[in-house]
Amino acid sequence: MRRAHRIPLPALAVAALVLVVAALVLVFFVAPNDADQGFSQRIFYFHVSIAFTSYLCFGAGAWKALRHLWKRDPHADLESYVAVHQGVIFGSLVLLTGSIWAKISWGHWWLWSENQLVLFLVLFLFYAAYFMLRFSVDPGPQRANLSAVYALFGVVLVPVSFMAIRLAQHFIHPVVFTRHGAAFGGWILVAYLVSQAAIIVLAYTLYRVELAGKLLAARVRELRLA
Amino acid sequence: MNYLADVRALARKDLLLELRARDTLPSMLLFVVAVFVVFHFALPAGSSDRAASGLLWVAIVFTALLGLGRAFVPEREQRVLDALVLAPCDRSAIWLAKSIATFAFLGAAEVVALPVFALFFHGLSWSTVAGVALADVGICTVGTFVGATAVVTRARELLLPLLFLPLAIPLVIGGVGASVVDAPGRYLAFLGLYDVLFALLCWAAFEYVVVE
Repeated sequence: MRRAHRIPLPALAVAALVLVVAALVLVFFVAPNDADQGFSQRIFYFHVSIAFTSYLCFGAGAWKALRHLWKRDPHADLESYVAVHQGVIFGSLVLLTGSIWAKISWGHWWLWSENQLVLFLVLFLFYAAYFMLRFSVDPGPQRANLSAVYALFGVVLVPVSFMAIRLAQHFIHPVVFTRHGAAFGGWILVAYLVSQAAIIVLAYTLYRVELAGKLLAARVRELRLA
Repeated sequence: MNYLADVRALARKDLLLELRARDTLPSMLLFVVAVFVVFHFALPAGSSDRAASGLLWVAIVFTALLGLGRAFVPEREQRVLDALVLAPCDRSAIWLAKSIATFAFLGAAEVVALPVFALFFHGLSWSTVAGVALADVGICTVGTFVGATAVVTRARELLLPLLFLPLAIPLVIGGVGASVVDAPGRYLAFLGLYDVLFALLCWAAFEYVVVE
């Protein structure tokens, strides 16, 4: 197997577990309460980390897609798909955590004024269609090409939609919520960085597990046919 | 300028086909007027003009979808697409020519639809018209690309709106912004940026959609 230099999966899983536990301890017991929003603000440590991780997954999916189109890397198609899949899973978590936070802060489960949430809804719709597209074409080079092209469309759509949603604020919601005042340092920074690292390692571990499963399934199919 | 000659020949084929068979344009026209009538009853009395401006964009996007769904049907039915891919021309010429043809159909439909909208609802500002023209470019470039993708899948027509609408959301935002605010420059610039960005992406990526 190529890529012998990869970190072994059990080590990754242990690292993810340790980091997630450390993040939970730091976020719930060490980081101070937010002056304005109190305890509920702590969901932000995870919400923001998950959102950033989700972007990373979509970016990785697009990078692998480019590798497929450009270098015809044989595993790139599957890797791109798995990365996008993880991105969608974490993207749904962004919608969920954002929704919980909106409910506690403003009493509504959904707020069109939260740019990040609206952007993730658009991305969720786009990538859900990516899956529809992928499973509507027979496995083969054409499916790999189409999936790769749409994964690339996705990373162009992210900044364009972000800009568009920012612009929409001016005629849909004249009031923009701003958060200010919270000093971003000390334990707050440590707790954020550890939760960010925890979610990224967790996402990478899940990516590797799913990839290993998919490769194994493909190998079993090959052996059955042989 | 071999490339331009290819594009011209292909676009001319589509326009000629439409002129003789009259498949797409009449249905688009009828559809857009019917949608306006539906909107009239969907908006309760006393709704603001701004709501009607927003609905204009819904009508444009859905009318475009109707045309885009038909765009690659002739290519599919006689397996013309395979022949076009085999032809010694750049594959992106197929996309560009089809985009031009769909742009012509959508533009023709709007030449009727916009005055009808003005008649039924309220007058149109120049910035709305400019926004429609700019958004049409984006709708046709991205929509043609998505249409070419949808015809090679099993789901076909079902997949087109699912793939197209998330990509069209920025266009609707830019278009509605250009229609309702006082200083539309920013929104028109955004539409122009979208057009350039996605046209380049489609132009570069089209080959991978039609070639295995």
